[in-house]
Amino acid sequence: MDELLKILEGNALESRATIAKMLNLPLAEVDQRIADYEKRGVIRGYQTILNEDQLDLDKTTAVIEVKVTPQREGGFNTIAERISRFPEVRSAYLMSGGYDLLLFVEGRNLRQVAAFVSERLAPLEGVVSTSTHFMLKTYKRLGVLMHSEQTDERLTVSP
Amino acid sequence: MSASPSLRNRIALQVRDIPRSGIRDFFDIVSTMKDVISLGIGEPDFDTPWHVRESTVFSLERGATHYTSNLGYLELRKALSKYVSKMFGAEYNPDSEVLVTVGVSEALDIALRALINPGDEVLFHEPCYVSYRATILFAHGVPLAVETKAENGFRLTRAMLEAKVTLKTKVLMLNFPNNPTGGVMSRQDLEDIAAFARERDLIVITDEIYGELTYDAPHTSIVSLPGMKERTIFLHGFSKAWAMTGFRLGYACGPAELIEAMMKIHQYTMLCASSLAQKAAIEALTRPEVDVGEMVAEYRRRRNYIASAFAEMGLECHRPLGAFYAFPSVAKFKLPAKEFAMRLLHEERVAVVPGTAFGDCGEGFVRCAYATSLDNIKEAMVRLKRFVGKL
Repeated sequence: MDELLKILEGNALESRATIAKMLNLPLAEVDQRIADYEKRGVIRGYQTILNEDQLDLDKTTAVIEVKVTPQREGGFNTIAERISRFPEVRSAYLMSGGYDLLLFVEGRNLRQVAAFVSERLAPLEGVVSTSTHFMLKTYKRLGVLMHSEQTDERLTVSP
Repeated sequence: MSASPSLRNRIALQVRDIPRSGIRDFFDIVSTMKDVISLGIGEPDFDTPWHVRESTVFSLERGATHYTSNLGYLELRKALSKYVSKMFGAEYNPDSEVLVTVGVSEALDIALRALINPGDEVLFHEPCYVSYRATILFAHGVPLAVETKAENGFRLTRAMLEAKVTLKTKVLMLNFPNNPTGGVMSRQDLEDIAAFARERDLIVITDEIYGELTYDAPHTSIVSLPGMKERTIFLHGFSKAWAMTGFRLGYACGPAELIEAMMKIHQYTMLCASSLAQKAAIEALTRPEVDVGEMVAEYRRRRNYIASAFAEMGLECHRPLGAFYAFPSVAKFKLPAKEFAMRLLHEERVAVVPGTAFGDCGEGFVRCAYATSLDNIKEAMVRLKRFVGKL
């Protein structure tokens, strides 16, 4: 992967000037390349990684395994894209193994998520079955540990 | 409480007369201060890769808590032999040519003790790691320092060695990529040094602890050059490439006769390196590339950043090509390196190590380690710029 993307993936707020220094590139080129990635849709957005457990939110997340019937034209894509358009669905993946789609679904509470599954998702044509698991606690998200304190144990000066 | 004069007189001369490390003095001052950003830390800021730590815990549970063979676990020596062959280009027999030690420091110590008779001379290059001169003296050797220069990228040349070598010179010590300068040697550079060593019939001790950490060109080891393996003790360890400093695990590879001699000292003084550290090393070697490659890429970005920041503030610095140190010149401020470092510490709370900690010829330089987070480096550069602006 382009090192530029790697840096942004690690910290989207890294300044362009810093990135230019790190990659030994002119600032204008860094600007240009980021603009290109955005235009081509390689970069789809920039978000903040929150530790939601610290924010007393009215929010429940469920992981839902969905079995679907692929369609003659469009295979899994038609049904997967239809499901993905629901705003409750935060992430959706096509999977190998015992089910087809893995969804991360958010709602205000358990009842709302249950309603989404029973009234929206399950009745869709092509959905064969669903299996819903509610998340209890987040330990790590997007590569970031949520509960560990970073301390530097090193001596302040060493040979 | 200081020792009474009578006790001091009983301390062996070669110990009594060696000053303690300048780094230690500096550490004592820095450690009393708050909010210091330290560019003075000579160890990775990365954590030991998790798979290594996790497997160490497993080894402890499994009971790997006993003495190991003096040479180290055979499984580890086999893995080391493979790794050295692939990374450094020399084949060693794990049964007789590999010795696992407590860090490279022990390996260096016993290599010198195995080779040196009182009065034998040891050539080494300065600025260099803080222990070299002392370790030679502890072994009753005579240190012959050769000064490397910034304008030459802190590389060692044959001419520099020719100017110092005598008939009593027995050993040549090398350390590239270099701590504190970040200097490296190309294959061509090393060929000249190798020819010199062969013609003068010198034993070479090469400390390549930073061998994985080069940023613009792959590392070449002197052991991979023709006619060198049979006269070279190759030293390497796990502190830098796997961020395992506290595990204290190093190793030496060399001709069986020399490894046997070193093993005798190791056997009677150390017995063996820590069993758990050896287990950790086995794990580290089974999956090295991913961890090390990512680490090198991150150091390279920081190196680029710090070099560019120095250039912006008008601080002269040869481009560091390896290890994780930059060694800028502060000579133009007409301050001794130590005073520069002390004032920077007190006025801006940034710790750098005065070059004189690495030999007298380090005067006029300071060592800045970029083994710290980019945020720290950024803030340190803001402060440093402000500081040099006032001088």
